[in-house]
Amino acid sequence: MTTTVRHTHQPKRWAKSLLGLAASLAFSATLQAEVNTTGLAVTDTTVKVGILHSVTGTMAISETGSVQAEMLAIEQINAMGGVLGRQIEYIQEDGASDWPTFAEKSKKLLVNDKVAAVFGCWTSASRKAVLPIFEQYNGMLYYPTFYEGLEQSPNVIYTGQEATQQIIAGIDWVVKNKGAKSFYLLGSDYIWPRTSNKIARKHIEKLGLSVVGEEYYPLGHTQFNSVINKIKLKKPDVIYAIVVGGSNVAFYKQLKAAGIDMTKEKPLVLTISVTEDEVLGIGGENMVGAYAAMKYFQSLPNDNNKAFVEAFKARWGKDTVIGDVTQAAYLGPWLWKAAVEKAGSFDIDKVRAASPGIELTTAPEGYVKIHPNHHLWSKTRIGHARADGQYDVVFETEQLIEPNPFPEGYQ
Amino acid sequence: MFAEYTTSELLSIFAMQGVAGLILFSVFVLMALGLAIIFGQMGVINMAHGEFMILGAYVTYLTSELFSAYLPDYFSSYFILAMILAFIAAGLLGALVEWLMLRHLYQRPLDTLLATWGLSLILQQAYRTIFGAREVGVTLPDWLMGSYPLTDTIELPINGLFVMCLALGISLTVGILMYRSRWGTQVRAVVQNRPMAGAVGINTARVDRLTFALGCGIAGVAGSAFTMIGSTGPTSGQLYIVDTFLVVVFGGAASLLGTIASAFTISQAQSTMEFFLSGSMSKVLTLLFVVFILMLRPQGLFSLKVRR
Repeated sequence: MTTTVRHTHQPKRWAKSLLGLAASLAFSATLQAEVNTTGLAVTDTTVKVGILHSVTGTMAISETGSVQAEMLAIEQINAMGGVLGRQIEYIQEDGASDWPTFAEKSKKLLVNDKVAAVFGCWTSASRKAVLPIFEQYNGMLYYPTFYEGLEQSPNVIYTGQEATQQIIAGIDWVVKNKGAKSFYLLGSDYIWPRTSNKIARKHIEKLGLSVVGEEYYPLGHTQFNSVINKIKLKKPDVIYAIVVGGSNVAFYKQLKAAGIDMTKEKPLVLTISVTEDEVLGIGGENMVGAYAAMKYFQSLPNDNNKAFVEAFKARWGKDTVIGDVTQAAYLGPWLWKAAVEKAGSFDIDKVRAASPGIELTTAPEGYVKIHPNHHLWSKTRIGHARADGQYDVVFETEQLIEPNPFPEGYQ
Repeated sequence: MFAEYTTSELLSIFAMQGVAGLILFSVFVLMALGLAIIFGQMGVINMAHGEFMILGAYVTYLTSELFSAYLPDYFSSYFILAMILAFIAAGLLGALVEWLMLRHLYQRPLDTLLATWGLSLILQQAYRTIFGAREVGVTLPDWLMGSYPLTDTIELPINGLFVMCLALGISLTVGILMYRSRWGTQVRAVVQNRPMAGAVGINTARVDRLTFALGCGIAGVAGSAFTMIGSTGPTSGQLYIVDTFLVVVFGGAASLLGTIASAFTISQAQSTMEFFLSGSMSKVLTLLFVVFILMLRPQGLFSLKVRR
């Protein structure tokens, strides 16, 4: 599926004011050469970028929000006059929840379409699949998902949190405010939950507290009665849950049915994998009382976020919800725009050089800044799930947390 | 590993673990019955079984939305109606599929596998187009979502009990239909010898259509019941399909009793191991166990003794 969408054109006044056609051509040629020395798909009035997410297959559930956020950001940037006076045109490709397809489509975007940037990927597996392509053909990927860390590529800007940012603040909070002493770690069986729980375990043990259980269930597992019994037997203060996908729904419904009322906080449930998007499928009434640690919640009360939520709902319908990753995806085009304008060029190398230190004061999550390691400085918040599927933000870190994708002592 | 617990704690945990095993058993029976009827009686490998289940789940979702919008007073009892509607919807779709597609493929059993797999993709995309790519949240009446405290420490999940009763009811109904009704006699006759059954005046085409529709209808009911314990999304059916085939093949394809015995064996093995080991490891061991048994008994636990 390939769609090229061209947005509102704004004829350049300076072009009309030029006297002769020859002069105009000569001038635009030099201008063109300055901002684009490597043959990217940039004209005097437009610049092409790629959007690469799954809109079909299993992952479509999760990735739809990211696509919507990236389109919204691009439309807003175009309405403000575009990037370096050029309107952004996007080419959308479908990764189809299939990692080799992601690789193939990213190659197509970089080699055939010569896009100036790609906003896309969701799972770590898809990112790992496209990484060699982006490095070989020198592309720029803006990756929105919170993930396990242990990666830092010159060709990727990670707009979601890496694991330590999300995990450590959350655990510190339950220890300090809820007096938690023992933890039960639970996750789906793949790289992100396993790496995240490794970090969580190290941190819990550093604090001198105990991990009473650590378990993984295959992706798509739908029966959690046995592990719920085990949890009841071990009586941990906190269930630390990193279950994903359809399993999430099964886990929380069965937890409730087994008589564990999360509003009583005995045990308390802390998750890093359930955003507002996932609550839609789980049902707010089955999630109420749980805590989530991430950088963004739709209910954040700042003005940037109010404007963002309003624009998002106006564009995609009033019933849509916005989760952490959707917001991180929204940052991608804006961060890219800022870097291009700082560099005064679309050249990948110049954009990369300009990226560290780029700040965004208009981010819905408040304020973010790109670290030299290509991750974002960001705050971590704790949300308390309400019955209507939204979270109340009950805590946010005072300082921005430094991204640390290769945490020493945590591997 | 149990040293640190008191006897009463251990007892209650074992009781609850037993209940968990029984619930898993019921879930397996519900999943597999529809497939066992279709696979066992007709020899059709229905890869779209999971999607028929999810159709039932979506029907339940629609019914709950309708009730909360127009009949909020009766919301607590919508679930029963939803299951009946799920049965009818999945059964009708099954009959349609049989008429349009499968009846042309009865001589080519491997092609039914491809055709129904294609059907499952079509249905998934249809759900995605109609209901959206995201999972939908099915609001359940409160009486289904709690737990029943038997003692201080033993709590029985009500949805689990509900699934158990449903599995029992449906198994009995299917058993009676198969072995005590005229239609059941016809089905068994067709399974044993199709040309002969036709020769004695049984309308084999009609029997096939009804059998397929019944199998799909039961899948619909199962899907409806699973909204209590699982997710409802375009691809949720895929979560069940592997376990379903495992149960049916392990039990011996042509035997309903075998399906039930196999569901019991696998569920107890899995839930016991899940308690002592981790989730992924117990899944691996369960699959190894099934592979081992199937090497010894390729025809499954129970097999029908028929002269072919």
